Amino acid sequence: MTVSVVRTKEWAFPVPPAKREVVKATPEVDTGKPPVLFVPGFGHGAWVFTEHWLEHTADRGFPAYAMSLRGHGNSAPAPKADMRAYAHDVAQVAASLPSRAVIVGHGAGALATAHALSRYPAKACVLLAPVFGGIGTALRNPFLCLPALFGAGLRLPAGQLFSREVPQNTARAYARRMGRASGKAQRQLLWGRDPEDPVGDPPILVVGSPDDRIVADNAVRRVARRYGGAPLLFPGMGHDLMLDARWREPIDAILDWLDKAN
Amino acid sequence: MSYAGGDSGPATAWRNGSPVYDREGTVCVIGAGPSGLTAMKNLREEGFGVDCYERETGVGGAWNWRHDRSPVYASTHLISSKPFTQFPDFPMPDDWPDYPKHTQVLAYLDHYADHFGLRPHIWFGSEVVRVEPAENDRWDVTTRSTGGYGTERTHRYDAVIVANGHNWSPKLPEFEGLDTFKGEVIHASAYKDAAQLRNRKVLVIGAGNTGCDIAVEAAQQAAKCWHSSRRGYWYAPKFALGRPADQVNDLMLHLKLPLKLRQFIGQKTMKSTVGDLTRFGLPAPDHKLYETHPIANSQLVYYLGHGDITPVPDVKLFHRNSVELKDGQEIEPDLVVMATGYQPVFEFLDPNLLAVDANGRPRLALHAFPKRFPTLAVAGLLQPDSGLFPLVHWQTVAFARLLKLRDSAPGKAASLYRKLESEVDKSWTDAKVKDSSRHWFEISHLTYLKALERLIQEARP
Repeated sequence: MTVSVVRTKEWAFPVPPAKREVVKATPEVDTGKPPVLFVPGFGHGAWVFTEHWLEHTADRGFPAYAMSLRGHGNSAPAPKADMRAYAHDVAQVAASLPSRAVIVGHGAGALATAHALSRYPAKACVLLAPVFGGIGTALRNPFLCLPALFGAGLRLPAGQLFSREVPQNTARAYARRMGRASGKAQRQLLWGRDPEDPVGDPPILVVGSPDDRIVADNAVRRVARRYGGAPLLFPGMGHDLMLDARWREPIDAILDWLDKAN
Repeated sequence: MSYAGGDSGPATAWRNGSPVYDREGTVCVIGAGPSGLTAMKNLREEGFGVDCYERETGVGGAWNWRHDRSPVYASTHLISSKPFTQFPDFPMPDDWPDYPKHTQVLAYLDHYADHFGLRPHIWFGSEVVRVEPAENDRWDVTTRSTGGYGTERTHRYDAVIVANGHNWSPKLPEFEGLDTFKGEVIHASAYKDAAQLRNRKVLVIGAGNTGCDIAVEAAQQAAKCWHSSRRGYWYAPKFALGRPADQVNDLMLHLKLPLKLRQFIGQKTMKSTVGDLTRFGLPAPDHKLYETHPIANSQLVYYLGHGDITPVPDVKLFHRNSVELKDGQEIEPDLVVMATGYQPVFEFLDPNLLAVDANGRPRLALHAFPKRFPTLAVAGLLQPDSGLFPLVHWQTVAFARLLKLRDSAPGKAASLYRKLESEVDKSWTDAKVKDSSRHWFEISHLTYLKALERLIQEARP
């Protein structure tokens, strides 16, 4: 594991502050379980987790938090944000929680989370359908990604995000609520830096679906391998596992894993 | 209050007729200030148990103004901006100001202790009386209730990290006639609030950061303020080019500019922003930038320019009603504030363990690791040109890794210790630092961090 001690560039240019949306669901009784922080991906806001997962997590005794990265959901607009600013947002919210947090990052939010792990010693981490970028991901969806290269938003059509089990109206309503990440951050998905090694050696679980039409199966496996494990896969689900018809299965598996890890 | 576990069963060893309770697998941390807290967190992260002894009833050490050893005064703010002050893995809230106030620093440390669940491992109200070597590089630590009440208890630990701070034992220079002086003389440690200065004629001795802060408050509150300094200094503004000045400075480091060029640019910038201070009667700096501990104070120059601070040279001697200065001038203050700094003190350690010389200077590799005692370290004994917390964080990470390596790869650990011992007298400053009683633990943050980074990488299993 390499350690980055000298960070003169970060010190000389700190990320500017931003108002961030954080939604919270508290368990009825304090069970002493660690807080779980959900980090949505590009275009997504905290709302994707408040639909089902946030309450469910609290029901199972974990204090649950969902945030929106700057420029997303109800966080302050940030058209010039870069990946570092998103990672900074994750570390800021995690450090503000009452105790060491479990961070669950989805999509490109998983990449922001992976970057944040080198700046905050998470209790544990779950990378959900992680979009770690690179040319492969872009080639898989050339018609979505090409315009994004020139500054347009990454289009996330309902058909790509959800399985067929989600009623079409619901899926379309979800897709309409999607925003977009900054152009710079989108480009950084292609040629951004790899995340540094995590600090504090947190256990890391990678979760995905072989039927995800945004992230390829082997991309999920590659991320899992990087963190020394095999991914937990949920066939038949779309990229947005937390909004899919069978949303219970992955979140229950994640919380079971957390219960066991503690 | 109950004591650390392990003393409920029978004692496993004896020392001078008293029982010693074994705390195997546990490291003792002395002090729950910023250095002690980060030591605990990092040792726990590497899998060690920790017992921390804290003489006060709260965390935060010097930053907790309730503590009787705290040097903090009402207006204390950070001198280094947030990126240099926060722990590298626990950012301060980004909506805090660039230079947070001491109450915010304490809130940050309190939150750090809670966030990482450190409080259950801290024995508040316990002071360490003695730390003595035991067999197999282990340590017997004797503690008692703060203030000397109750009985002493001795526990045996695998390692000890000393984090008792170095800004609590006032250093008072001796002046001829000081005992006959009729006015009030206090050390800066007794200065808590600007109300102490109101309507008085104040002489502030010392141009360190504290001395400058107090001189500024005297300019605002007192009837008259003299500020005595030994030599001319570079008074850096806290903001330059619209940003915290230390961030501008680190931009130069990021660009890897050589020291000479950084000094040239820095001095040019100071001349164009702060200007020529000899106009106000201050002596010109007798050294280049970066050759003394940096002073960051934007207001001092402002009040000099308004005539609210009268700069004066060093004090020669005290008379009954006046103070005579080196230039023969006599002034009549009724309050003298000695902002003459603090001395590091390790009252519970045999000076030989840290190889302390006649001037109170321990001989430590990287200002942290004593010779011959691989399981003993001093955390935070640094006077950096930036914030201290990140440096102590990495010091304690290095110590924890070295301890772990002693178990997993003793041979490799031994060779690393040998290398460390060869660096005992090495200094970690870029420029040659002017002599002062504390210059020996002055460091340049980047040079020092690079050395720590190398050590941490090498201590990889």
